[in-house]
Amino acid sequence: MAPTEATPQHAETAVADVVLEARSVSKRFPGVVALDDVSFSLRAGETHALVGENGAGKSTLIKVLTGVYRSDDGEVRVAGAPVSFSRPFEAQQAGISTIYQEVNLVPLMSVARNIFLGREPKNRFGLIDFGRMNRETTELLDGFGVRVDPKRPLHTLGIGTQQMVALARAVSVQAQVVIMDEPTSSLEPREVETLFRVIENLRGQGIAVLYVSHRMDELYRICDRVTVLRDGRHIHTGDLADLDRMRLVSMMLGRDLAEVRREGLTSFDAAGHEVARTPVLTATGLDRRHQLHDISLQLYGGEVLGLGGLLGSGRSETAKALTGALPLDGGEITVDGERIGRPTPAAAIRAGISMLPEDRKAEGIIPQLSVRENIVLAAMPRLSRAGIVSREKQDRIVDIFMERLRIKASSPEQKVGELSGGNQQKVLLARWLCLEPKVLLLDEPTRGIDVGAKAEVQSLIDDLAREGLAVLLISSDIEELIEGADRIVVLRGGAVAGELAGDEVEESRLLEVLADHTPAAKPADHTPETGRKAPAAGQEDPR
Amino acid sequence: MTTQATLPRPAKPLARLRDPAWYQEYGVYAAVAVVLLFNALFTDHFLTADNLRTQLVQVAPIVIVALGMALVIGTEGIDLSVGSTMALAAALLPLYLGYGLVPALLIALLAGAVVGAINGTLVSLVGLQPIVATLALFVGGRGLALVMADGQLKQIVNPDILALGTGSFLGIPLVVLIAGVLALAVAFLVQRTTFGRQIVAIGGNRPAAALSGLPVKRVLIGVYILCGTMAALAGILATARLTASDPSSLGTLMELSAITAVVVGGTPLNGGSIRVLGTVAGALLMQLLRATLVKHDLPDSTAQIAQAAIIIAAVYVARERRSR
Repeated sequence: MAPTEATPQHAETAVADVVLEARSVSKRFPGVVALDDVSFSLRAGETHALVGENGAGKSTLIKVLTGVYRSDDGEVRVAGAPVSFSRPFEAQQAGISTIYQEVNLVPLMSVARNIFLGREPKNRFGLIDFGRMNRETTELLDGFGVRVDPKRPLHTLGIGTQQMVALARAVSVQAQVVIMDEPTSSLEPREVETLFRVIENLRGQGIAVLYVSHRMDELYRICDRVTVLRDGRHIHTGDLADLDRMRLVSMMLGRDLAEVRREGLTSFDAAGHEVARTPVLTATGLDRRHQLHDISLQLYGGEVLGLGGLLGSGRSETAKALTGALPLDGGEITVDGERIGRPTPAAAIRAGISMLPEDRKAEGIIPQLSVRENIVLAAMPRLSRAGIVSREKQDRIVDIFMERLRIKASSPEQKVGELSGGNQQKVLLARWLCLEPKVLLLDEPTRGIDVGAKAEVQSLIDDLAREGLAVLLISSDIEELIEGADRIVVLRGGAVAGELAGDEVEESRLLEVLADHTPAAKPADHTPETGRKAPAAGQEDPR
Repeated sequence: MTTQATLPRPAKPLARLRDPAWYQEYGVYAAVAVVLLFNALFTDHFLTADNLRTQLVQVAPIVIVALGMALVIGTEGIDLSVGSTMALAAALLPLYLGYGLVPALLIALLAGAVVGAINGTLVSLVGLQPIVATLALFVGGRGLALVMADGQLKQIVNPDILALGTGSFLGIPLVVLIAGVLALAVAFLVQRTTFGRQIVAIGGNRPAAALSGLPVKRVLIGVYILCGTMAALAGILATARLTASDPSSLGTLMELSAITAVVVGGTPLNGGSIRVLGTVAGALLMQLLRATLVKHDLPDSTAQIAQAAIIIAAVYVARERRSR
């Protein structure tokens, strides 16, 4: 129990181990009730999961707890005493540390300066004691399994390491409560393990952790209790061990348990797809120094081809290369037998390749523009005459897709930045689908979106394949990859490590190839299952 | 930040006045109205046709430059070279007037386009930051203009050119008419053309625009060419009004006036949105403000302080909005 001296005495008599509590908290935004009479308590030494769809009120609750927002009604108590934080800094002073999804540090400053930012150790002359700071940083990071030079600027580290530095900082400020908002979204498996070790450690010290994540297996691994929010209301709090996954999902969704069970955890149809016999897209020998090595793959109409691999295996790079967004040193791409001369995004789009990028915020949405303009962005030249845009044509397309994808917005003119993550993702899907592509590349289409939208996106992928589209699916979610894909090409270190087709598309086989347990993994340019002929690139008739 | 952010309740009419978003949207028009109202009540001979005409004639070149600047700022860029471009156009004009009016005008405009093309190339192809890229021609452009003009002020006697500066059509000065037509054209460009929407999209999120197959580099070069050409046009009109080509002082600090007009008009400096009418109103506001203070016998330095206050207010309002 490190820092208990900050606890006011009169709290000790009450339920002694509640460190942070929200009582009947409500928070309204114009037109939305984000939190409606939510109560929630966090005990010392527990790891408490906070789950719910996007828009359920998780982020708002965290922001109320940490002083970013002030609640309209209700109160927040720290160790039993009511508090009213007017700034996040005051929450930090009270022992509440928060690690956000995006790293919130100073990229140009050194690792050590970041860790000690605002509380630098001083020497006799009141100047920063760099020696001590660097030494203590090294010791601290050692405990997190991170070995870096504390003098290195933060931005030169990988994103996962940066996240670990943020975590080290949060823990080292004598926190009693650490709030983690999707901490593993940018971590590699090894780093996730370290994170879990750190959480165990915190638990041992009696520090409470509030853990927000969409990843079920993580929750079940490390969390003691769970609180479920839905539509801004408190649904359930209880021990996680008493709750099986299905029940938890059904509570988050507000759906019938039987319904969830019937439909499975993902919304893919169990049956495969009718696959065309000639490939729509053929990539041969894609090469890029340090990133891609001789990658060849074929994509057939009507199939969902999964692209598997661990972080850094070259999945996103392959997708980017196929759309011309990543310059290549070698290799060629053909669509319907026609070679794309110099791959650029514009050329790829003309050839019928669309790609949903991995990073929705940085590479997808244009937040200040309306839903309508975001949808028609890529199709604009087609929806205009002589360089003048036609609102009529735009509105027609936008209406169709808003309805088909069930995009929830107050109107097509609402700014995309105001929508939830799931709806933003649907807007991006609409942007690509309205180009009427032949090939759709989806890079992590369901990452960071709520369970409901996830299900909708998954069944949409199914529908699209059934309509004859060739879909390439990249997903870190193994369940999604296995249930969604008809065939999986596995990448490792920027090269094709193997391919699973037919009955081989199952979890253990995938893990084997991922983990390189089978040295005899199939060769790269292997022909898909029987019944398809091996096409020679550029020889096939266009469909 | 937090106290204000927690309060926005569904609108009562008065509550709107506390909403920063309202100020960014309509603040500049309200301010113009306030200044006009003030003058109607307290300044003699302000709201006369003659005076308003003078104000409009004076603001016209600023409006023209600011329109181009608004486009550049919409792409998350900035163009510091507009003042030098004006000087360049002014220096070229007397050199080519011997070939006739139209060739001289075309040469001057072409110079603006070339400056823009260089800026655009440095920004989009070389990948320099706009502020650095345009700084080169901010310095070099005026130097070149001075070399061409031999560092001298040249009287202009060509009656056609002079007519551009002093003539009017249907009672409206030609300069004002040109600025008005350009404002409408730029508004149309931004709102209704694919080029205009692509400018806004590129300013809003460049990687997303590039992945969506937008011709990012071409659009960027185009935007800087437009900005340069409009600056050259402003240089021609200002020269015509001066009746002399004065490359050493024409257009000095113009880049700052133009940026001020754009920012006060509610266009965010971080791109993704262009407010054309707001830009015109922003230029007008600064002009009227200075004129008002001058009419009340306050020195120019006071006007500068007042302008500074307005700029700070505009930036403050924009900041409030972004951080929600």
